Amino acid sequence: MILSIASGKGGTGKTLVATSLALSLGKQVQILDCDVEEPNVHVLLRPTIVQSKPVCIPVPKIDKAKCTYCGECAKVCAYHALAVVKKLVLVFPELCHGCGACSYLCPAKAISEEGREMGVVELGYAGEIEFVQGKLTIGEAMATPVIREVKRHIDPTKTVIIDVSPGTSCPVVEAVRGSDFCLLVTEPTPFGLHDLSLAVDTVKAVGIPCGIVLNRAGGTYSKVEEYCLEVDIPLLMRIPLDMEIARLYSRGVTLVQGMPEWRDEFLELFHTIEQIVAEHRQVRT
Amino acid sequence: MKEIVVLSGKGGTGKTTIVASLAALAKNKVLCDCDVDAADLHLLLKPKAKETHEFRSGQTAIIDEKLCTRCSLCEEVCRFEAIKDLKVDLTACEGCGFCAHVCPENAITMKENLAGHWFVSDTKYGPLVHARLGIAQENSGKLVNVVRQNARKIAEKEKADYIITDGPPGIGCPVISSLSGANLVLLVTEPTLSALHDLERVIGVCRHFGVPPLVCINKYDLNEENTHRIGSFCQEQAIEVISRIPFDKLVTEALVNSMPVVEYSQTGVANHIETMWHRVHKSLGKE
Repeated sequence: MILSIASGKGGTGKTLVATSLALSLGKQVQILDCDVEEPNVHVLLRPTIVQSKPVCIPVPKIDKAKCTYCGECAKVCAYHALAVVKKLVLVFPELCHGCGACSYLCPAKAISEEGREMGVVELGYAGEIEFVQGKLTIGEAMATPVIREVKRHIDPTKTVIIDVSPGTSCPVVEAVRGSDFCLLVTEPTPFGLHDLSLAVDTVKAVGIPCGIVLNRAGGTYSKVEEYCLEVDIPLLMRIPLDMEIARLYSRGVTLVQGMPEWRDEFLELFHTIEQIVAEHRQVRT
Repeated sequence: MKEIVVLSGKGGTGKTTIVASLAALAKNKVLCDCDVDAADLHLLLKPKAKETHEFRSGQTAIIDEKLCTRCSLCEEVCRFEAIKDLKVDLTACEGCGFCAHVCPENAITMKENLAGHWFVSDTKYGPLVHARLGIAQENSGKLVNVVRQNARKIAEKEKADYIITDGPPGIGCPVISSLSGANLVLLVTEPTLSALHDLERVIGVCRHFGVPPLVCINKYDLNEENTHRIGSFCQEQAIEVISRIPFDKLVTEALVNSMPVVEYSQTGVANHIETMWHRVHKSLGKE
């Protein structure tokens, strides 16, 4: 099963939930950090990295001897990554998405492709948990190619937990796509609720069933619970507002390691998700 | 006119709380929300929209089933796995148009996306330019550019002293679009190991694009050892820590009441933010 953990709003506790869930399961589990802009799973799990691979996207390389400066490449490029002026082809690699249209469509076969590094994928272990993370190079804009590369390492024989970046745009869609279930972590504030509703719409657009974890629960604000009832999305877990939990996190200690009594809660959460996914599959077939 | 962008790397450290308070404290400014895919500033500033504009950007492939001969060439050339069984996955299509160019039957056309909306609004604190990216849309960086350009136009017209911008989390395309060319980045962090790790990366981005950063440690008393660690790191980097704001339940209370915290209360945290604003103001004067 592939389970992604997203939120809309940042800092609601995605990584806390992802790491504690992975540790509670312990075996036959893979954790993928797809928040490639700011990956934090490693801060909590402290994995041993055994391999690091560069992530490259193919960008055009012009063979001047063959180029006839016809301008076709610039015409087909949707991202304005190529421009032809008289006897000169300008390539703007940072705009290139690596689609390959220019090299395929060049009438003179003057375009080959070369890799441009934009990040790394690191593989390792934290105990028996298999760990994969993507890291976007500082100054690079496009996160999706790195996320895509991280997801190539999915082992379908294991339980796969994907930690997603905040927001609702392309990196989130790329990370959650293909998941069997998406857990949305939120907090009881107007910001938490607003961004949760955006995240729910995003997950629905991708067609994945979802459930909610309410972090820092307690207090007077009940609108997140009301929203869950209204849109009929299960509220699967509450983690209370507790300074001790916040302090554990601040030191990079996972919830289940700092407070082992939470392990059973996370296992129960996982079993509930398994049931929902099984029911969802039945409905679809 | 000076442009201040509030960023953090890690999400949820208090960017919007700080920006809403600066909105109440700073005089003669234009406000700007560049967190276009999970914008929250409007929840505190309660804007009245004056103008609504469509944001059209990017394209999506559409296959005409009547013309399609099921040759599958489109599926073969697409590197984004956006065409499966001759159906376009709208959330996977990056709009490159490769498929449309190679289709021997000309059965594929590219349609421009309505990728979101942007707004110019009035708030009691001054004009606000903000946006809403469509669900699961791309090109958030381009929408950020549109928002910033329009904030600048208004600021120039109204001879504003400041543009105060709420930025997105992360370090990728919308962050780069939010900070490039700004006068100052205010980084809001918290004393957690995750936030410190993320702070290092976002400082890297500030350096890369040549925008000077200042640091504010929010909820500093949550872990004073980490606060000290962040302080030492910033000292090594020659970055000033201009504020250490204590944890205070008033912040969440103000938020639940949809108010900037400096308006909700005049004590404690509010004083810290006010002092910070004076320091930001002074730091901009030095440039």
